[in-house]
Amino acid sequence: MTARIGVVTFPGSLDDRDTQRAIRVAGAEPVALWHKDKDLKQVDAVVLCGGFSYGDYLRAGAIARFSPVMDTVIDQAKAGLPVLGICNGFQILTEAHLLPGGMLGNDHLHFICRDQKLRVENAGTAWTSDYTAGQEIHIPLKNMDGRYVADRRTLDELEAEGRVAFRYVDFNPNGSLNDIAGITNAAGNVVGLMPHPEHAVEPLIGTGRTDGLPFFTSILKKLVNA
Amino acid sequence: MSRTPLDTVEHAAATPDVELPWAELGLKKDEYERVVEILGRRPTGAELAMYSVMWSEHCSYKSSKVHLRQFGEKAPESDAMLVGIGENAGVVDVGQGYAVTFKVESHNHPSYVEPYQGAATGVGGIVRDIIAMGARPVAVVDPLRFGAADHPDTKRVLPGVVAGIGGYGNCLGLPNIGGEVVFDACYQGNPLVNAGAIGVMRHEDIHLAKASGAGNKVILYGARTGGDGIGGASILASETFDDAKPSKRPAVQVGDPFQEKLLIECTLEAFAEKLVVGIQDLGAAGLSCATSELASNGSGGMRVTLDDVPLRDSTLSPEEILMSESQERMCAVVEPGKVDRFLEICEKWDVIATVIGEVTDGDRLEIYWHGGKIVDVDPRTVAHEGPVYERPYARPDWQDALQADDANKLPRPRTSDELKDQVLKLVGSPNQASKQWITQQYDHFVQGNTVLAQPEDSGMIRVDEESGLGVAIATDGNGRYAKLDPYTGAQLALAEAYRNVATTGAKPLAVSDCLNFGSPEDPAVMWQFAEAVRGLADGCRQLGTPVTGGNVSLYNQTGEAAIHPTPVVAVLGVIDDVARRTPVAFQEDGQLLYLLGDTREEFGGSAWSQVIHDHLGGLPPKVDLERERLLGEILISASRDGMIDSAHDLSDGGLVQAVVESALLGGKGARLVVPDGLDAFTFLFSESAGRAVVAVPRSEEVRFNDMCGARGLPVTRIGVVDGDAVEVQGEFTLPLADLREAHEGTIPGLLA
Repeated sequence: MTARIGVVTFPGSLDDRDTQRAIRVAGAEPVALWHKDKDLKQVDAVVLCGGFSYGDYLRAGAIARFSPVMDTVIDQAKAGLPVLGICNGFQILTEAHLLPGGMLGNDHLHFICRDQKLRVENAGTAWTSDYTAGQEIHIPLKNMDGRYVADRRTLDELEAEGRVAFRYVDFNPNGSLNDIAGITNAAGNVVGLMPHPEHAVEPLIGTGRTDGLPFFTSILKKLVNA
Repeated sequence: MSRTPLDTVEHAAATPDVELPWAELGLKKDEYERVVEILGRRPTGAELAMYSVMWSEHCSYKSSKVHLRQFGEKAPESDAMLVGIGENAGVVDVGQGYAVTFKVESHNHPSYVEPYQGAATGVGGIVRDIIAMGARPVAVVDPLRFGAADHPDTKRVLPGVVAGIGGYGNCLGLPNIGGEVVFDACYQGNPLVNAGAIGVMRHEDIHLAKASGAGNKVILYGARTGGDGIGGASILASETFDDAKPSKRPAVQVGDPFQEKLLIECTLEAFAEKLVVGIQDLGAAGLSCATSELASNGSGGMRVTLDDVPLRDSTLSPEEILMSESQERMCAVVEPGKVDRFLEICEKWDVIATVIGEVTDGDRLEIYWHGGKIVDVDPRTVAHEGPVYERPYARPDWQDALQADDANKLPRPRTSDELKDQVLKLVGSPNQASKQWITQQYDHFVQGNTVLAQPEDSGMIRVDEESGLGVAIATDGNGRYAKLDPYTGAQLALAEAYRNVATTGAKPLAVSDCLNFGSPEDPAVMWQFAEAVRGLADGCRQLGTPVTGGNVSLYNQTGEAAIHPTPVVAVLGVIDDVARRTPVAFQEDGQLLYLLGDTREEFGGSAWSQVIHDHLGGLPPKVDLERERLLGEILISASRDGMIDSAHDLSDGGLVQAVVESALLGGKGARLVVPDGLDAFTFLFSESAGRAVVAVPRSEEVRFNDMCGARGLPVTRIGVVDGDAVEVQGEFTLPLADLREAHEGTIPGLLA
């Protein structure tokens, strides 16, 4: 038995097919979901992938958050459905208030694409259990609006509750507060991060590392053992 | 307010004496007279608009055509060629049922006027060419040339161009895997912004730009038509910049990559359901080009109702609608029974699609506006039978003096310390420095198939996940070499791109080119062009790599000063299994470094002569294409059989540049020994062609040497991968940290 993991395609989504491939590489079954369709096709988990949904001409993720599919994703995430937001997906999750804070333009004002070193701070979420806390990994990063911000109280709360899931190491590529690369909700089912684990699942391709694969094996194990 | 009567065909016939602004639209007097002769009457305003854009240099290749014929006449026999010159892009068979289409185009002039939008729409245009062939775009590359790195205007143009390429390409989800960035004062007022793209499809999915089958519908889909880019093709691309003329800013198009991304997805979905008979993208010359090309390539005529074109500015005149270069538009020919399904797919992707006409029985292109017929032409006369010029050309009188100014006689470093200083200067000079500050603004991971990206010798993309089949692409062009000798310079560009593809382990298959030159009205420039084309065509025949298509950009000059002749050559290669690719970076301490090929005293046009002496003179390195082919075969075999772990081609900057790059990328140093018969300076800085440096695991040493020996390729052991410095024994030691600072600090220092 395997798990069915949905990948939403918004107009302007770019990494939907890559994310489906990563799910397949991990041994799960990817299911294509469409932004105009409220039906999640009974998937066991959902990934909101990277890209520029609706062109991101307003504010990254601000329009996608109001698409029909998100109505269902928001409801079910609150009920425990595992949801991973990568890059634009992370931005959509903050716009949908499933995760706190938001993303501003990179502090250097340029798009940045690089092999980024991260530290796994929380290995207890649905999407990170195959890592160990404190583990350092390399994951490709590529974004224009990746500067994570939140008010002081929210930041303190995230830190105190161990909800900073990933932190940039050696180099903060966008000016994110507290070097935050990714966070989780209190329940641990909703995780968002700016770097792209789906681009680090095969040797040879991209950076040539497979440091992103545990995202997808983590969720698969959790779902299959559930 | 009284309105002037609509200038219909009937009206034009009845009013032969009306003066039309043909000169303002860029037509010459004799060209206008030819239009009148073709039509047997004066053209309508709309017809004049069409002829003027389609007969512009940019669209008609009127100055270059007589030379470009050689690419066809001298084309080598190749089983790989599926679609050749003349279509939106050439198509090459890469095996396993896959076909690859690729092309390089220029967006030079718009990028100088408005760097961000000019560069962005350059990417958009080349990507639509790829979609129009039926392929999914899988990668882009961007060969760029700017003025002096420390010139204030470079700081205006370069960041805008780079942000535009990134802003558009990143938003399309296309990995940017290659290209070049070159600085030279000759490009000060004329930056070269060339854009290349690759697409992949199955053989049976190849589509062509033709309108066949009377009754089939012509569907315009994508963005609404606006006033941007009107006359862009004829005015911007075909005249030299002149300070006395008013600003041309409004003629640059504005891009919307989001719309283009939707266009890609909805076009590919329509292809997948076999809904499309013929297709053409709207680029330069907009609807004028799309309708006349579709009609003239097909079997019938075409009737178009211009009132049905969705507009974003309702005040546009029919002439403007025909000339508009609004981006993100395509034109498809669809059988009547499939129109509904086609429109449904467009609606799914929120793309506006409108039936604007149909294919007719006749052989005329007829366009209507407000019920009146405003165009009635033989489409071939618009699209294919434009003027052809035999421009006079002559070897410039300064060429001899330039070649006599021998770079080999320049003062050379006299001490080891001087040699060391010059190495640091070279690897830290803007042209030789790391371009990471630029390339990290491009997404090279998206689509999850990128095997190699810049700064590797060629970009490489996996095509098939099961078999590992992949394609590689490299673009090269050295304007300094071409200035010294355009024939040889063009062949050196070809040789370098060919070598770069082979260095990564892929077999070179085909060529596309972007030929950037000054004004064709200058006989000296025309000679450079003629020589470069002849050199490239001869070279392609010898290497067995046909030219599949490309682009010519002329009038790259400000006043009397033309840019260096800059033929940019793209070579596409195929690799059976991307797992066998060879990277640039040193992999393991202890591996043996070998120099392949012959090193001669060749410094004409070299990076050393530019960086140390600000000199350009003498002759460029000699070309031996048979040697290039042999070197390529050795590199491909060595990669396939696991005999080498890294390889780097030698080109500008010579051996020391290559070794420093491999060392910095791998984080591993090298100890080098100057081989017998060479002095340290020539060993390090010579730019002799047909060479590469490879790192061979000790276990493969005998096998590798035997292979080179058996095939007659000179091979010299020059050292070993080791430590954290680049050491040239008996001369100097440069720690990697110092080299990194010099190599990686320059560009951010100048531009960030």
